Amino acid sequence: MSERVVIVGGGTAGSVLANDLSDRVAGRIDDGDVEVVLINETEDHVYKPVWLYVPFGEKTLSDARRPLDELVGRRVDLLVDRVTSVDTEEKTVAFESDRGALSYDHLVLATGAQVTPEETPGLMEGGHHFYNPEGAAALREELSSFTEGHLVMSVVGVPHMCPVAPMEFPLIADDWFRKRGLRDDIEITYTYPIARPHGIRSVAEWVGPLMEQRDINVETFFNPERVDPDEEVIHTLEGRELSYDLLVAIPPHDGSDLVREAGLGDDGWVDVDSGTLEATDAEDVYALGDIADLPTSKAGSAAHYAAGALAKRLASVVRGERPTAEYDGKTICFIESGDDEATYISFDYDEEPVPKQPSKLIHWSKLGYNQSYWLTARGVL
Amino acid sequence: MSETHAEADVTVDAIGSSCPGPMMELIGRMKTADPGTVVRLQSSNADTEPDVAEWADQSGHELLEVVEREDHWDLYVEKHE
Repeated sequence: MSERVVIVGGGTAGSVLANDLSDRVAGRIDDGDVEVVLINETEDHVYKPVWLYVPFGEKTLSDARRPLDELVGRRVDLLVDRVTSVDTEEKTVAFESDRGALSYDHLVLATGAQVTPEETPGLMEGGHHFYNPEGAAALREELSSFTEGHLVMSVVGVPHMCPVAPMEFPLIADDWFRKRGLRDDIEITYTYPIARPHGIRSVAEWVGPLMEQRDINVETFFNPERVDPDEEVIHTLEGRELSYDLLVAIPPHDGSDLVREAGLGDDGWVDVDSGTLEATDAEDVYALGDIADLPTSKAGSAAHYAAGALAKRLASVVRGERPTAEYDGKTICFIESGDDEATYISFDYDEEPVPKQPSKLIHWSKLGYNQSYWLTARGVL
Repeated sequence: MSETHAEADVTVDAIGSSCPGPMMELIGRMKTADPGTVVRLQSSNADTEPDVAEWADQSGHELLEVVEREDHWDLYVEKHE
């Protein structure tokens, strides 16, 4: 009987893992000793970082999608279905369709994060975001006709996907409005929940002066509790109020009821060992990417590097060896700073990043990477 | 301090958390807590205490107590109206 690895979720984490692992154990798959099954709710893989560019008309939603079957190797069994429950005692997953439950020897949850703007009263009606296709398209529509007033970029939900997107949006918007001759009529404010403009101190020390230089107001210790869409006012946990004409929010995020109901994490994020990625509360269960409760950012690069470590671990396990590879928290994020310039940060569990001087070269490298990302998803890069 | 006098209703385990950081995890929990709730924030980050103290002061909540443990700090914060 073959040993079956089931991966739930075909985003960056799941796709990279499926391809990397199936390459590592190709011979065993060909011999019928190992199966790698990748389950995704839709036929498409989605590369979420593209959504940042959609509101500015630089990219389209279709630029973020590719058919999964073009990205995963032939040794990966792809199932398009929705997993509705996980039984960690019986070691099975159940589906929304009438397909029978599927047993696993090793289960990897890579279901990503969901946005839940409805958690903040008034935010759905009064705000916009670019954290899903519908939100990015609606913001594109709104931004294209916004010619004067107060644009507020507010980080409402923590933790959230992509630690740098909230800074990138106002920096790009500043440049976008300047080039269109509108900036004098548009005030931009950026709000952040803690005492400085970013959670990582060195990044905060870099972006604070940059925003001042670009005439972007910064409000810290600002935690929206509710939004009044009629009055166009944000009310915060700290008792403050801020008026807006266009509110762009980083919405609250949630993990998954699948995780809660399986007893793998009370908050919807899977409790895991930060090195081995093994679930704390079940045997032979792992979590990768945004759904894993790790002491690092919810970023595609973190998912990518963690997938590499887990592929090595699982390959060792199915070969009957002791797994030794561990994820060290490695994460790399490009940061668009507007004016066709960008920088990047690189960090891990122990090292704090130091942002480099922004340059056009890094900006073009980021745009280049957005194309070569599809090689990452294939497991090539 | 080594003895604790505060009793927590909710615990937020942010030990080892570096980004977005224990402070953010505390705020996320405080948003959904009822007034009067005492949240115990567990953090191994030395910056957490001054950040939490400043935030509680500005936002009208109260940092009741900080207890130093072997490998982390327990910070007890009460949500006010």
